Amino acid sequence: MIGVEGLSLAIHGTPILRKVSFGIAPGEILGLVGESGSGKSMTALALMGLLPPGAVPEGVAALDGENLLAATEARLCALRGNEIGMIFQEPMTALNPVRTIGDQVAETLRVHGAAGKAEARRIARETLDRVGLSKIGMDRYPHELSGGQRQRVCIAAAVALHPRLLIADEPTTALDVTTQAQILDLLKGLVAEQGMALMLITHDLAVVSGMADRVAVMRAGEVVERGETNAVLRRPSHAYTAKLIEASGHQPDRDALAERAAVLSAEAVVRTYPGARQGLTRGPEVRAVDGVSLTLHRGESLGLVGESGCGKSTLTRALLGLEPVQAGRITLNGGPVGPDMPTDRRAAIQVVFQDPFGSFNPRWRVARLVAEPFHLFGARPADWREQVAGMLEAVGLSRSDMEKFPHEFSGGQRQRIAIARALITRPDVLVLDEAVSALDVSIRAQILDLLADLQGRFGLSYLFISHDLSVVRSVTDRVMVMQAGKIVEEGETERVFTAPAHAYTRSLIAAAPRLELISA
Amino acid sequence: MLRYLLGRFTSLGLSLLVASLVIFAVIEVIPGDPAAFMLGLNATDETVANLRAELGLDGSVVSRYFDWIGGMLTGDFGTSYTYRVPVAELVVDRMWVSLPLALYALILSTVVAFPLGVIAASMRGTAAEVGIMGLTQLGLAVPNFWFGMLLVLVFAVSLQWVSAGGFAGWDDPWAAIVSLTLPAISLAVPQAAILARVMRSALVETLGQDYIRTARAKGLTRRQAVLRHALRNALIPVLTILALQFSFLLAGSIVIENVFFLPGIGRLLFQGITQRDLIVVESVTMLLVVAVIAITFLADIAYVIADPRLRRR
Repeated sequence: MIGVEGLSLAIHGTPILRKVSFGIAPGEILGLVGESGSGKSMTALALMGLLPPGAVPEGVAALDGENLLAATEARLCALRGNEIGMIFQEPMTALNPVRTIGDQVAETLRVHGAAGKAEARRIARETLDRVGLSKIGMDRYPHELSGGQRQRVCIAAAVALHPRLLIADEPTTALDVTTQAQILDLLKGLVAEQGMALMLITHDLAVVSGMADRVAVMRAGEVVERGETNAVLRRPSHAYTAKLIEASGHQPDRDALAERAAVLSAEAVVRTYPGARQGLTRGPEVRAVDGVSLTLHRGESLGLVGESGCGKSTLTRALLGLEPVQAGRITLNGGPVGPDMPTDRRAAIQVVFQDPFGSFNPRWRVARLVAEPFHLFGARPADWREQVAGMLEAVGLSRSDMEKFPHEFSGGQRQRIAIARALITRPDVLVLDEAVSALDVSIRAQILDLLADLQGRFGLSYLFISHDLSVVRSVTDRVMVMQAGKIVEEGETERVFTAPAHAYTRSLIAAAPRLELISA
Repeated sequence: MLRYLLGRFTSLGLSLLVASLVIFAVIEVIPGDPAAFMLGLNATDETVANLRAELGLDGSVVSRYFDWIGGMLTGDFGTSYTYRVPVAELVVDRMWVSLPLALYALILSTVVAFPLGVIAASMRGTAAEVGIMGLTQLGLAVPNFWFGMLLVLVFAVSLQWVSAGGFAGWDDPWAAIVSLTLPAISLAVPQAAILARVMRSALVETLGQDYIRTARAKGLTRRQAVLRHALRNALIPVLTILALQFSFLLAGSIVIENVFFLPGIGRLLFQGITQRDLIVVESVTMLLVVAVIAITFLADIAYVIADPRLRRR
C-alpha cells in the first residue's frame, strides 16, 4: 500500500537520504530504527511533504500508486490528516496551548470538510473516547493534561479520519515506562481495529521488538537491513544491526569492589513544599520526599528508579546538599549534608545530568569548564592545567580538546566532558541523574563502559538515577524503587528484577519494553 | 482567575498611590513660585503672599497632599491659576481632542501593522519580507514631527486638501475627523513600524513551534496554520506593545499637537509648565498616570483571554 522506492534527499546539496526503500501493507506495523541523524524523521517528513526549505527529494513514495513526492501542495494538504496521519515525539508542545483539545481534534474533520461543526464535535468526542480519554472533557486545554494524555489527544487528531497510514515519530520517547506501554498498546489496537498501516519510528530496539511486524534499520541515510522483526533481531545479517543489538543490552565489565563502609547515607529524610495557594490560604503541603532512608557504600553502584514526579529529582537535590530537608538527616563521609555544608564536603559529591550542554557556558573553553569546580577549594591549584588534561585523558578525550568550545563536540563527547568536570575534585560519590538517557545506544554503551572503568580506578560510589530499567539492571549492584516520595522496594538488583516483591515494581518491570532475543 | 484579577487590582491601587506621591513631591521641589510668576516682576511681597493664600499654597505639605488627593477623588481638580477655570473643565475639553486622536492613530497603526507583520513572517526570505522590513526601518528612523510637517507641506500647502492645523470641533464630525487625519498619520507611522516588527518576530517564533507542525500534519495549509494557530499565540507580546503604545499616544502627543496646533492634553500640559500653572500640571499628569495604569490593567485582562494557561493563576 505504501511503497517507497529509491528515496533520496538532499538539503541544500548535502545528501541526507540515499536510496531508501521499504513497503508497508494495510494492518502492518513497520519499525524504522536507527540512531539520531540516521534519517528516520526525514523519511517520514518526505512522505508527509513537510520537508524543511531547501530539501530536494528524488525517487518514489507511493500511497496506493500515487507518488507523494510528485503531488502538488494542494493535493498533499488534502492527503495529510485524511489519508496519512502523523504524531510526534514531544506531546508537551505538539498541541496548541490556547485552544481546547476538542477543538484541535475536531479541526482535522473540519479542515477536510468531512463534517459540519456539530458532527465534527460528536466524532471528536467519540475519537477521544476511543483513545482512552472518555473521562476528559472536550473543553480542556492541553496544559491541564499529563504527557500521556496529550499524546492520546495527538493520536485522536491523527486518526479521527481513519487514515490509511499513521506515522508515529518516537511517540513514547518522552513518556514514562507505564505510560509508554499504554500508548504502544493503544497504537497496536488502532492498527488491528482500523486496518491502517503504522510506521513506527524509534531508536529503541526493545519497543520495535514488541510492536513491529517488520523492521527497517537505518544508518547515515541508508536502510542497511530490513525484514521480518524476529528474524532481523535474532539473526541480523548486517554488522551495524548486530552492533545496535549488542549495545542495547550492553553489560559493562565491573569489578566487584563494594565495601561495607557507608560513604553517603540518609535517614528518614522528608522534603516538603508548601501547598498550592487557594485564595488567602494554602492547600495541604506536598511531601515530595517522604521518609526516605538509604545507604551508599564505598565503591558501590546504587540505582534509583521511578516515574516522573515520584520525587527522584527532589531527593537528588537534597542529597547534593542544594536544598534543606524538613526532617531526617543526610551524612556524607560522616559529616552532615545541607545547603551550608563546608566546600570540601561539597567537593566530595558531584553530579552529571542528562543534557550537559545546558550547564556549559558556550563561550568558555573546555579547560575552563572542567576546571570550574576548583573554586570549591578557593584557588585553582598551580598544576590545574595538568590535572584537567589528565582527567580529559581519563574520560577518553585528548589534551588538545582543552582549547575547544563545547559546541565542537558530539553529545557523547559532551557527556565525557561533564564527567571529567564532575571528577576533577576527586569526589567520593558521583550522582548520575539520567546521565545516559539522551544518548544513542552505541554511545550509551561506551559511556557505561567508561563509568565502570572510572569506578574501579577512582574508587567511586555511584548513585544511578534513571527511568530506564534495562540500564539500571546492567550497571547497578543494588536498586531502590521510588513511588510518590517513598522507597517502596529496595534490594540486590538481580533479586529485585527477577523476583519483585512490591506491586509497583512488578508493574514497572512488566511495562518496560524488552528486547526478546531468546528464540521462541 | 478571580485571584489573578484581585492581584492585578491591588497592584493597580498601589501604583496609583506611589505615582501620586511622586508627582506631588516633584511639583513641590521644582523651583518657581506660581503666585510670583502670575503677578510679574513688580509685585510686592505682600500681594504675592495674598495670592499664595488665595491659591491655597500656604498650608502644610501633608494637608495640601490630602486636599489634592481628596479633591481628585471627588472630581474637584482645583482651579487653574492662569485660566481661572476649574481644571476638570479644561481637561474634559482637551480630552475630546486627545482621546480620539490617540484612538485614531492606534487603529491606523494596527490596521497597517498586523497585515505587514503577518506577511513578513509567513514569507520569510522573500523580497516581500525584505521590503516590509526596510519600510519599517524607515518608519522608525523618521521623526514623527518632521513627517507631520512633510504631510502639511504636501497635503495642506501644495494640494490644499486639508487645512494645515487647528481643530474644527465635533459639531461637524466629518470636519473633526479630517482635521485629525494628518496628525493621526504622523503619530501612527513609527508606532506601526514597531508593531509590525514585533508582530513579525512573535509570529516567526510561533511558526517554529511543534504545534504548527502538528496542524500541518492534520492537513491545514500554511495560511490556515498561521491564521488559526500561530496568530493567537503571537498576540501576547503584541498586546504588551499595543498597551504601551496607547499610553504613549495619550500622553506623548505633545510635539504633534504643537505641530498641528491641536488643543489637546499635550498642549495643555505644555502650556501649564511654561506658565507655572502647577495645579494643571499636577492634575493632568496624575490623570495620564491613571489612564496608563488602567490601560495596563486592561492589557492584563486581555492576556488572560488570549492565553488560557494564565487562567489558573
